[in-house]
Amino acid sequence: MARAVSTRRKALVTICAWAVGIAIFFPILWTVLTSFKTEAEAIASPPSFLFFDWTLENYSTVQERSDYFRHFSNSVIISFGSTLLGLLIAIPAAWSMAFVPGKRTKDVLMWMLSTKMLPPVGVLIPIYLLFRDTGLLDTRIGLVMVLTLINLPIIVWMLFTYFREIPGEILEAARMDGAELWSEIVYVLTPMAVPGIASTLLLNIILSWNEAFWTLNLTAVDAAPLTAFIASYSSPEGLFYAKLSAASTMAIAPILIIGWFSQKQLVRGLTFGAVK
Amino acid sequence: MATQHSRAAARLMISPAVLLLLGWMIIPLSMTLYFSFLRYNLLIPGMEEWAGWTNYEFFLTDPAFFAALKNTLLLVGGVLLITIIGGVLLALLLDQPFWGQGIVRILVIAPFFVMPTVSALVWKNMFMNPVNGLFAYFAKFLGLEPFDFLSHAPLFSIILIVAWQWLPFATLILLTALQSLDSEQLEAAEMDGANFLNRFVFIMVPHLARSITVVILIQTIFLLSVFAEILVTTNGGPGYASTNLTYLIYAQSLLQFDVGGGSAGGVVAIILANIVAIFLMRMIGKNLEA
Amino acid sequence: MGQITLNQITKSFGDVQVIPPLDLQIDDGEFVVFVGPSGCGKSTLLRLIAGLEDVSSGDITIDGKNATEVPPAKRGLAMVFQSYALYPHMSVRKNIAFPLRMAGIDKAAQDAKVAAAAKVLNLTDYLDRRPGQLSGGQRQRVAIGRAIVREPAAFLFDEPLSNLDAALRVNMRLEISELHQSLKTTMIYVTHDQVEAMTMADKIVVLQAGRIEQVGSPLELYHTPRNKFVAGFIGSPKMNFLTGSFADEFDAATIGVRPEHLTVSQSDGKWVGKVGVSEHLGSDTFLYVDMDGVDEPITVRSSGEIGFRHGDIVHLTPAPDKIHRFDNQDLRIA
Repeated sequence: MARAVSTRRKALVTICAWAVGIAIFFPILWTVLTSFKTEAEAIASPPSFLFFDWTLENYSTVQERSDYFRHFSNSVIISFGSTLLGLLIAIPAAWSMAFVPGKRTKDVLMWMLSTKMLPPVGVLIPIYLLFRDTGLLDTRIGLVMVLTLINLPIIVWMLFTYFREIPGEILEAARMDGAELWSEIVYVLTPMAVPGIASTLLLNIILSWNEAFWTLNLTAVDAAPLTAFIASYSSPEGLFYAKLSAASTMAIAPILIIGWFSQKQLVRGLTFGAVK
Repeated sequence: MATQHSRAAARLMISPAVLLLLGWMIIPLSMTLYFSFLRYNLLIPGMEEWAGWTNYEFFLTDPAFFAALKNTLLLVGGVLLITIIGGVLLALLLDQPFWGQGIVRILVIAPFFVMPTVSALVWKNMFMNPVNGLFAYFAKFLGLEPFDFLSHAPLFSIILIVAWQWLPFATLILLTALQSLDSEQLEAAEMDGANFLNRFVFIMVPHLARSITVVILIQTIFLLSVFAEILVTTNGGPGYASTNLTYLIYAQSLLQFDVGGGSAGGVVAIILANIVAIFLMRMIGKNLEA
Repeated sequence: MGQITLNQITKSFGDVQVIPPLDLQIDDGEFVVFVGPSGCGKSTLLRLIAGLEDVSSGDITIDGKNATEVPPAKRGLAMVFQSYALYPHMSVRKNIAFPLRMAGIDKAAQDAKVAAAAKVLNLTDYLDRRPGQLSGGQRQRVAIGRAIVREPAAFLFDEPLSNLDAALRVNMRLEISELHQSLKTTMIYVTHDQVEAMTMADKIVVLQAGRIEQVGSPLELYHTPRNKFVAGFIGSPKMNFLTGSFADEFDAATIGVRPEHLTVSQSDGKWVGKVGVSEHLGSDTFLYVDMDGVDEPITVRSSGEIGFRHGDIVHLTPAPDKIHRFDNQDLRIA
């Protein structure tokens, strides 16, 4: 039973918690606010918080000058593509490991995890050269492949921990009821695992969206997603704070929203089920 | 607990995932290993020749390697220190009842969803810039000289940026762990005469120990590969002041086109990461049996 | 039809043989109960019949056809699981219709069969609910409904009542028995509860460590247990066992007397003991009597109310024709 806490104490905790929360969130808030300022106001001293002339000009400038939506759609295609492809490969694998565990299942799981621990820089050169020689450099399909592979262990693991919670008897019942393997997975397992599959999907979209090693190293212009697009602001010309803020806001807004929805599953996904 | 039939099906279903990952691991790894023994520069193609251990000798005796190694350790250690201590404190705070818990939780978790390039550039320009940044403004406001973070304390600045990104992760996991602590245990301890400090030391910390270990290990894996934050802020400089191992190898391979040297560095990075990975895998493996 | 024959079947998990070679014949229309302590292999045996596990060796014949290699879906058997294993994302209607849908039966026929099954099981009002909205007993009936619609050659029940509370368990026991009366289909029922076995079975198979200890009707098992294990397992309260001089008198290594076959007297009788705990159930009184030379207290069941107190000295007399004698191999002496 939770105990009643004195109102005074609760008020005190409330103030502290909100102060810390806002402090941590402040850089994001500041970025969003700045995106609505003019460039001059963005560097004004003293800085203005709310009382400035709100403008949407930066957003249209960013789109006009640098074709923001192409980068945005690259990000969408790459993150959704790699996640869906990953799920397609991982669902059958996780089914095997959760419901037909063998002597080596644990080893396979651990081995899959170990591939995730490979530092990307260790295989940068071969991948870069292979991509160069096969024409995959700066293509969306190439990035989809790489991100699918680097996130596959996480997808398999997350699905495995969710599937493991589904009682095997239900799948056996389906088998007794005359279901073939395919029907068993499509009609029984998948609908039951929808919440788990959905959170796996969300977490992996977040991870792929924000992935900033391969996307920076394997793209140039055509396939560059938002991570690479934003990186181009690192060598600025003239006043650019407001435009950087507008571009940044657009780059992080969708994923912030997805992230807030999936925060509960995040812990489990990122710790490979070690903390629930 | 299954039949021949279902075991055969299981093997079939797992094979695409296994084969793909096997390929992903073996092909590039063996190429890296092979390149690391070659004299191979992309600018002079067709001149590859066997180089034995030369690349390793050069890489491991290069002063840049030691600088990068030191920076990598400082970066990982610094971020871990900040996020673990901050995370425990924040988790303790957020675990108390207060108004608007859901919203504060959302505020705290938000930085984790910000892509590395965005957070690095926002911090670099809008906060740490010595002329127009907010920190400079506050310094002037207090009558102090603005501090040029990225020129004078580049590694420290990057540690701050990365710590800001990872603090939510540590907080969220530790908070989850704290919430799974049986409140009756705490009440029993209170009945036994333990004050808050006692309860923290004797009940909460042991309960959190496992989660803290998980946080340390997982963050370490990611922090060893910090890249974008360095690329968009300091480019590893000034000199090698903010170059970590990942960035050093990247620079050697794709900026100096020295495939052989870069590959030797890659092999070294893999070995170092594996040392951490072994500990992490043990922890997760134990959990798998439970 | 539902005649099942197990011929010399074995099952090993790795190096551990959980079922040594075993033969069993189950006739069409029989209600067979597998009973034994937990870990005796009864559920494994059921899963072998279902096809959810492979036999390591031996044959399973269903209705004269060798079914050893046939996958579970094709054996024509239906199973009711301990956890009911209902599909939580489907309505009761869809749950019951699932096997029909898998068999590719047309929608109208599905509906008719589901409606008929629901009527028999009193589920008509619940057809559009999800399993999560049902009580334990209702879920159990849905699981049975799902089995009935297939018109299987035999029903397999894996401890179906163990998740229900005591009162409901008695009800469901009666319902399943009635179902058997009306369908006359072979039923194989696994339980660790000897009361369920005694009340429901035509034929009881007592298992221990994967071995069949005895097969017979409930009363055969009660009256002529083949060995000490069956004697101790069947009957409630448990049979009392005495050894040493008590048994020597009857030319046996061990003798067994059921609690209901002992008469108790204040003044005279064959054996003497001191009353420990006495339990008063109203209809019966259970006395636990400590006797010199016997390790465990002897249980006595007397009908009605008898007034003995803790520490009273009592005399016990077994009914002479109800004494079970066992040799030093624990086998019954005829």
